[in-house]
Amino acid sequence: MKADPKGVLTGSHYIDGDFACCEGALAAGCRFIAGYPITPSTEVVERFARRAPLVEGALFIQMEDELAASITLQGAVWAGKKAMTVTSGPGFSLMMEHIGLAAMTETPCVFVDVQRGGPSTGLPTLPSQADMMQARWGSHGDYEIIALSPNSPQETFDLVIDAFNLSEQYRVPVMFMMDECVGHMMERVVIPTADKIEITPRRFTKLPPGEYLPFKPGEDFVPDMFKAGDGYRLHVTGLTHDYRGYPVMTPEVQEQLVHRLVNKIRLNAPKIWRYEETGVEDADVVIVTYGITSRVAVEAIEAARKKGLKVGMLRLVVVWPFPEQRIFELASRGKAIVVAEMNYGQVFYEVDRSARGKAPVILAGHGGGTVHNIEDIVNKIEEAHKCRS
Amino acid sequence: MPVRQRETPFGLPRPETPHGEIVILEERCKGCGFCIEYCPHGVLITAKKYNAKGYHPPEIVKAELCVDCGFCRMICPEFAIYTYEPPNAGEKP
Amino acid sequence: MSILKELQKASLSPTAGLTGPDKHPMDDFLRMDRMPHIWCSTCGIGVSVNCFAKALEKLGTPLDDVVVVSGIGCTGRVAGYVKVDSFHTTHGRAIPFATGMKLANPKLKVIVFSGDGDIIAIGGNHFINAARRNIDITVICLNNFNYAMTGGQVAATTPEGAILSTSPYGNFETPFNLPFLAESVGAVYVARWTSLHVYNQTNSMVEAMKKPGFSFIEIVAPCPTIFERQQKMGDGLDRLRWYCENSEIQTEPKTKDADIGLRDKMIVGKFVDIERPTYLDAMNAHYQERLGSKYKVYEG
Repeated sequence: MKADPKGVLTGSHYIDGDFACCEGALAAGCRFIAGYPITPSTEVVERFARRAPLVEGALFIQMEDELAASITLQGAVWAGKKAMTVTSGPGFSLMMEHIGLAAMTETPCVFVDVQRGGPSTGLPTLPSQADMMQARWGSHGDYEIIALSPNSPQETFDLVIDAFNLSEQYRVPVMFMMDECVGHMMERVVIPTADKIEITPRRFTKLPPGEYLPFKPGEDFVPDMFKAGDGYRLHVTGLTHDYRGYPVMTPEVQEQLVHRLVNKIRLNAPKIWRYEETGVEDADVVIVTYGITSRVAVEAIEAARKKGLKVGMLRLVVVWPFPEQRIFELASRGKAIVVAEMNYGQVFYEVDRSARGKAPVILAGHGGGTVHNIEDIVNKIEEAHKCRS
Repeated sequence: MPVRQRETPFGLPRPETPHGEIVILEERCKGCGFCIEYCPHGVLITAKKYNAKGYHPPEIVKAELCVDCGFCRMICPEFAIYTYEPPNAGEKP
Repeated sequence: MSILKELQKASLSPTAGLTGPDKHPMDDFLRMDRMPHIWCSTCGIGVSVNCFAKALEKLGTPLDDVVVVSGIGCTGRVAGYVKVDSFHTTHGRAIPFATGMKLANPKLKVIVFSGDGDIIAIGGNHFINAARRNIDITVICLNNFNYAMTGGQVAATTPEGAILSTSPYGNFETPFNLPFLAESVGAVYVARWTSLHVYNQTNSMVEAMKKPGFSFIEIVAPCPTIFERQQKMGDGLDRLRWYCENSEIQTEPKTKDADIGLRDKMIVGKFVDIERPTYLDAMNAHYQERLGSKYKVYEG
C-alpha cells in the first residue's frame, strides 16, 4: 500500500542522516517514538519532537531511560501503531532485554543504533561500526533479527522505510545500524511523493475472536498480528508459550516456538539478503564493507585499480541475516576478500566463516574515531592479492 | 428466623431479610478457611472430608442463616464459593 | 481406577458442566482453561483478582477495552489468568509498557497489576516518572513484603527486622512507605487496603479506574508460604486475623504516618484523591495554545 501523505515531506532537502532517518520513519507510517537523548542519535528525536505535533496521530515521548523507551514503543505497537526508538552504543546495551522480548513476542518495531566509539562511554561524537555483532547476538537466548546499514542520508531515508516494511512482514524487531558519520553528514535527500512510496501494512488477522491463535504461524513461519482493544482478549508473554500465547514451559513447546523464531529469518534469508556489487565479476580481490566505510572503499578501489589490481566491492545493505551463500560463491571462485570495517573484527568473522577456507580473508579494521585512510585499505588489498597467489 | 421482627410504624411493610443459597465448588477449594472464618452468621464449618487435592472444603451447617451478603464470594481466592438469591426468596413459610 | 487416575480425573476439569455447582459467576472473566492458578493456599493474590473482577463488573467498561499489564513475579502472573487483552512483560517494566499502550490508544483502560518488588524496586524509576507525568493508568501493587516467586528475598518494602533468604539475620534496611512515595511524586489517587478489606478494595479499584490520571492502590497481602512462615506468623488466615486487629481505617489519613513495621499497627484507607490534568490533556492543551490551528487534537 502507499504511504500516508500526511507524513511525507516531499521535496528536495539538504539534511543530515539523523533528520533523514526521522523523515523516513514518518513516511513509513511510524507514529510513535519513545526516545532518550544520546549523542549522536539525539537529532532523530529532536526532529520527531518538532514534527510529531504537526502530523496527525503522531506522538513523541521522551522516556526516563532507554529501558523504558525500548518497552514503551512495544506497548504502542500492541495498541496498533508503528513505533521506533533511537539510541547509540550505551543505550543499545540497555535495550537488549527488550529486544529479546520483542523477538520472543514477535513485535514488529525498529531500533535505530547510530554507532559511536566504544566500548562503554567511548567516543560519543565520533563514529565506529563496533555494534554489529551486538545487533545480532546482544540479547540472551536463541533468536534472529534483521539488521540494515545505510551509507548516506538518502539511503537512510529509503532504508528506514524498508526496515519498517521488513519488520511488519516478518514480525521481527529490525536493527537499523547507522554510524555517527552517516548520521551527521549533510547531503541532498530527495523525498518523493507519497504515492511513490510502498509500505507494508501490518498483517492483522482476518479471523474472528475465538478462531484466531496469535502465535500460530502461516506458510512463511510468521503468524498474523492483532491489537489490543479489538475484542480478541489474548495473552502475550515473554515466557515460552504455545500457539494460544499461554505460558507452557516444556522442552517440546520450547522447540516448537524458538526453533520457529530462528527459522523465520534463516529459512526466509534468501528473500531478505540485499547487497550491492560493483566490479566483482572480473575482480581478484573483493572488498566486503558496509556503512560509511563503503564510501571510503570506493576511493581505495580507484587507487588500487590505478596500480593495476583488479578489485571489486560487495556492499552489505542487509547485514543480518548475513549473505553467506554469496560470500562462499565469491571465495570459491578464487577471489581474495578484504573486510573493511570500523572495528577490530566483527563482520570479518562472519565473512571468514562463510568463506569456509576457500579464500584468504583479511581484515582492514581500526578502532573507530575516524574513517579509514585510503592507503590502509590499499595496503590490505595488496596483501590480499599476494595471499591469493 | 434469627432476625427479630418488630411492628413498624405507619403500617409500612416489614423489612425482609434477604436469604441466599450457597454454592460451593469443592474441587477448586484450597482449604484457606477465609470464608468459614469471615461468614458473619457462622453458616460454614470446615468439612471432615477431603477434596481431590487433599484440602478440606467448607461445609454448610446453618443454611437458613445465609443472608446473601456476598463476603464469602469476594474473599475466596479460588473462585470456589458464591451465593445467589433464589427466585422465591420473598415468600415466607 | 487407581487413586492417581481418580485424582487426575477430578482435578482436570474444574468447570465440568456449564451450569450449576461447577460454574462460578466470575468464570467468564477468567481464562478457565488455565485454572487452577499457581498461587498458594491462603495467598492474597487470588482475593485481589476476585475483587478486580467485581470492580470491572461495577465499572461497566466493556471488557474488550480493558488491558491488564503485569511484570514478573507471583503477582505478575495475574495477566495470564484474566480474560482480557493481557501482557506479561519484563521485570519492572510493566508501567512503561502500559504508558506506551495508553498513549497509542487512549480509549483503552489500562491497568498495571504487579508486585512490590516489580513496581517500586526495579521499576522504581518508571513508577515515579509515570506518576509525575500523570499518565492515565491504574497501578495495583500487591505488597507481600518480599520477592516471593524466587523463594523469598528481601525487598524494598520489607519491614525492618524481617528474616528472609537474603537477610538471614534480619532486615536492617528502611523500607519504602509506598503511599508517601506515591503522593510525593504526584499520584492523583492513593489508597491502601489489606486482603481482608475486600469491599473497600473493590470500591477503591472502581474509583481508581474511573479517575483520570495516575492512580495507585497498595494492597497488603499475606504470603503464607514464604513471608509469614519465615516470620513465624502462621498462615494466611492467621495473617487476616492479624490485619483485623492491627489495621486501622482512617478517614483522612496522612501518608507520612503510613510506615509499616513488622509487628506494628498499620493505617489503611484512601490517602490522596486530587485533581490534576493528565499527560494527554496537558499535551493537547499546550499544543493548541502554542500551535493554534496547525495542531489537531491527539486522540490516538
